[in-house]
Order: sequence, then C-alpha cells, then structure tokens
Amino acid sequence: MIDKKHIGRQLPTFLATAEAGQLRFFAKATGETNPIYFDEQAARDAGYPNLPLPPTFLFSLEFQIPSNAWRDELGIITARILHGEESFRYHRMAYAGDTLRFDVRIADIYDKKGGALEFVVRETRVTNQHGDHVADLRSVLVQRNS
Amino acid sequence: MNAISLEKINIGDTLPPLALPPINRTTLALFAGASGDHNAIHIDTDYARKAGMPDVFAHGMLSMAYLGRLLTQWVDQRQLREFGVRFLGITHLGHQITCTGSVVDRFEVDGEQRIKVEIRTSNQYGDIKIVGDAVIAL
Repeated sequence: MIDKKHIGRQLPTFLATAEAGQLRFFAKATGETNPIYFDEQAARDAGYPNLPLPPTFLFSLEFQIPSNAWRDELGIITARILHGEESFRYHRMAYAGDTLRFDVRIADIYDKKGGALEFVVRETRVTNQHGDHVADLRSVLVQRNS
Repeated sequence: MNAISLEKINIGDTLPPLALPPINRTTLALFAGASGDHNAIHIDTDYARKAGMPDVFAHGMLSMAYLGRLLTQWVDQRQLREFGVRFLGITHLGHQITCTGSVVDRFEVDGEQRIKVEIRTSNQYGDIKIVGDAVIAL
C-alpha cells in the first residue's frame, strides 16, 4: 500500500526550460499543423515573443524533475501505473527559453476497491523567471494492484 | 487569427473536429522522445507484456495533446483558461482517434466572458477514450 503519510509532502523545487528544438519535436510528434508552434517567425507574426508552449507541454517539463526517488519512496511501481486524470489552470503563457520553476506537492493519496486501485494526486505550481504565476497542474496517477 | 466572438457562440455549438491518423509504434516512439515520457510500457512490447498488457499502448498525454490541438485550432491559446481530462480507456495501436467538442455553458468570471466546452476522444469504433472540458475566455 502507498503510505498516506506522504500526503502534503513537498517535492524538491526545480527549474526547467523548454528549448525551441524540443517544442518543434513535440509539434511533429503530435501532428501539429499550426506554424505558430514550430516556426518562430509565424509565432512572432501572431504576437508571441517566441514559440509558445502548447497547452499540455508543462506536463512534459515536469519530467525534468532531477530525481524520481520520491516515486520509490512512496512505493509507486512504474509498470502498474496509469494516468487517471490531468488538468491545467492557466494564468499566463510560457515560451521557449523561459526558465520555469516547478513546485510539486503530493496533494492526496487514496484507494478504491479495497486497495486494488491506489491513487496519487500531485499538484504543481509553475512560475516563470519574473515570478509570475504561469499555471497549476493537477495529475492523478492510478496504480493497479490486482 | 481564428478569433471567435461572443455574439456568434451558442450553447450547443460544436467545434470543428480533429481526425488523427491511426496510432502506430512510430507515433509512440516519437511521442516518448518529444514529450519526455520514457515509460517503457509505451515503447517496449516485451516490457508491456510483462506488465500484463497485450502490447504497447498510447500515452494518455498524447491524446490530451490532440485535444489541445482541437482547442487551439478553434481559439487562440491565450484565451484558454482551464483544460482538464479523465482517461477512461486505453488507446491501442491501430486506433484512429477523432477529437470532438461542444459548447455547454456561458458565464462571466471577474468581468470576463467565458464559455465551457466539453471535449472527448473516440476511436473508429465509437469507443470514448478520454472526456474532459475546457474554459475559454471570449
């Protein structure tokens, strides 16, 4: 069982930057056809200072967390997890080259079906290099134990 | 841009759908690299089978990225205020995903006119894989 004592736990804060090349790769991998997401000139013509991060890319930047030790410490078994829910609340746009700060917290841990399914809820606050609030993420992981 | 205006939006309006090509192993390999999600269950068949799955399957966030495209081909991303989904079913190899959405509500927050749209992905058999909603400022 994933120990509920970890509820409220704050993971070490880290910084992450979306490089333009990575955003172009993401655009290719998702079949993006709108050039503002892969062509700097098109982005500037649309009024953006640089390539914008598409709506879900902050989730990708969260993979840049320097250590996944917290997963082992909680008892998360990678082969058994599924993504249950994901949500974003946006406050301002983020762009290629921004230095984004990720504050991640284990917001909740609960189980269903007598422990056959366990849920870990992560809440992440993202701010930019100016200290402006960019977005809040909420991620629910599901671990299958049967 | 493809700006939408309040006058033209009605509850019940549908978004222009987004139809994707069938998911194959290349799709998943590219998305693993591009998204930073290197979980082997999406790229290594041996690993997926050991984990009790019939084969590799699509990242939930690939489908959410497709839903993001559904939204941003309709409105400017700067108008997007909230975007959330629940992953209901696994998107398997060969599934041909279509993203759809419709306007379900219109309201005001802090003097800003907003709409809520319900969005979903479904495969070629009509199975719904992801449901969610988004809040868009007008």
